[in-house]
Amino acid sequence: MQIYLPIAELPISILTVLGLSGAVGFISGLFGVGGGFLLTPLLIFLDISPAVAVATVAAQVAGSSTTGVLTYWRRRALDFKLGGILVAGGIIGTLLGVLFFNSMRRLGQLELVITVSYVTLFTIIGGLMLYDALRAMLRVRAGKPARLKRRGGTHPWWMGLPLRMRFPHSGLYCSVIPIALLAVVIGFIGAVLGVGGGFILVPALIYFFRIPTAVVVGTSLFQILMTMTGATLLHALTNQSVDIVLAVLLLLGGVIGAQFGGRAARNLNVESFRLLLALLILSVGLRFAIELFIAPSEPFSVVLTEGSR
Amino acid sequence: MRWGLRLVAMLALMTGASASARAETLIAAMSSHQIQITSNYTGSQLTVFGVVERDGRTVARADPYDIVVTVRGPPRMLLVREKERLGPIWINRTQRRFPDSSLFLAVASNRPLSEILSPETARRERIGLEHAQRAKDSSLDLDVTTTRFQEGLIRILSEKGLYSAEERGVTFLSSTVFSAPVDVPATAPTGSYAIDIVLYAGGVPLARQTTNFEVVKSGMEQSLASGAHDLPLLYGLVTVLLALLLGWLASVVFRRD
Repeated sequence: MQIYLPIAELPISILTVLGLSGAVGFISGLFGVGGGFLLTPLLIFLDISPAVAVATVAAQVAGSSTTGVLTYWRRRALDFKLGGILVAGGIIGTLLGVLFFNSMRRLGQLELVITVSYVTLFTIIGGLMLYDALRAMLRVRAGKPARLKRRGGTHPWWMGLPLRMRFPHSGLYCSVIPIALLAVVIGFIGAVLGVGGGFILVPALIYFFRIPTAVVVGTSLFQILMTMTGATLLHALTNQSVDIVLAVLLLLGGVIGAQFGGRAARNLNVESFRLLLALLILSVGLRFAIELFIAPSEPFSVVLTEGSR
Repeated sequence: MRWGLRLVAMLALMTGASASARAETLIAAMSSHQIQITSNYTGSQLTVFGVVERDGRTVARADPYDIVVTVRGPPRMLLVREKERLGPIWINRTQRRFPDSSLFLAVASNRPLSEILSPETARRERIGLEHAQRAKDSSLDLDVTTTRFQEGLIRILSEKGLYSAEERGVTFLSSTVFSAPVDVPATAPTGSYAIDIVLYAGGVPLARQTTNFEVVKSGMEQSLASGAHDLPLLYGLVTVLLALLLGWLASVVFRRD
């Protein structure tokens, strides 16, 4: 069954969209990532223009993270204080990212910047996480504890910087500076790549700040909800590229998928959770690497330049 | 050649021998002048009908009539980029702009264009996929690189069904009545489409006729699209609220504890 999308200006199969968004929603609920980094390339693959894909996915991610936020909130696995700092830093990062985005577009190398960033970011983060997850698994097999427990009073140097703050929900006593810096970086990357940044935030909070996984996922979803709500409004106001029909279809699939994902996350042990997320991120990086390194079968591409009639 | 024809015509007028000898006229009509996009729109088909009108005094032709129908979509600026190898990676390096080109172009004829007219005439008359979108007064040859980019453009858009060249797209129902179907895929842009119909005999253009149709959004599609442009804040807020509402609804529906 086909439906015509009023803003994307093409017909699309309803079942395809529901299936795709359902699958991405499941992953989103499972890992606490927005899923935008998976959904956006998939929509572009379906011939939807990148501008419409990025803007509409923002709306979808906002909706599907709402479900997650509510679920984690009820389970008290959400740190609003930490989330607030992340959102504030994220706004600054987003503004910087938009400036960078526009200057690269003027230079005509935006596409290259996006592809190269996807490859480096996803491959490095995915690779590091995979390495860590495999090492932890080997330790378990050898009969040792999965990772060295954090001992009271010891902490990495960045947590001891000035302006220390208590985050009781996260069991964290840490300087605000590295957290705000992380949020700025994520906002920046999010604006340039059109992704929520959950896939960076989740491992960063787990590895650099040793926050319990459940709280990390809830808080990350909260940050994503705030950022993506703002992004949707911004896209609607500046370039009118949010397709409401596509957004509703993606949401229907996404929220249902996220429910099952969130439920599955409870039955998944921490080590396999990390291993799976690492593999997922790594495979997206490799997918973009193929585009960059393999000779294209069609070297030409056609784009419609905006506003040049 | 055009000058030659004019000269012949002028001579003919001056001598008065065939002052009343008229050339053929072309009469054409569309099955519809508007395609409306609704939510179940998956493309459409229009038909161009035409009659070659001649009266008793029209000179007899040794060659049969040929018809070439060219449909051009709304003109835009198209950018074609080529990926090239730079060290180990492939990136877009060179690009060419194609002004006044469209994302939709269809050329239909009753037999292969090479049998209807000479390459020179085709170029001058802007007939065929490679000539149809050239500037009207440019007689210059495209340079080698631009030609390669143009071939890329035609190849890509043909694969998407947006560009087409139908060698048997025009059917003569009788010796003077013809019809040509025009397939408009769902991905074709909205806007005004121009149809150019040219009558040939023996490689010489005898008459031409232009008509047009438009592709517009209607009903819900139209209100949503204009809402997005005219009331962007409201549209954005509605989208966000809808998203949050669906998210909340899902958590209520699926709540177990």
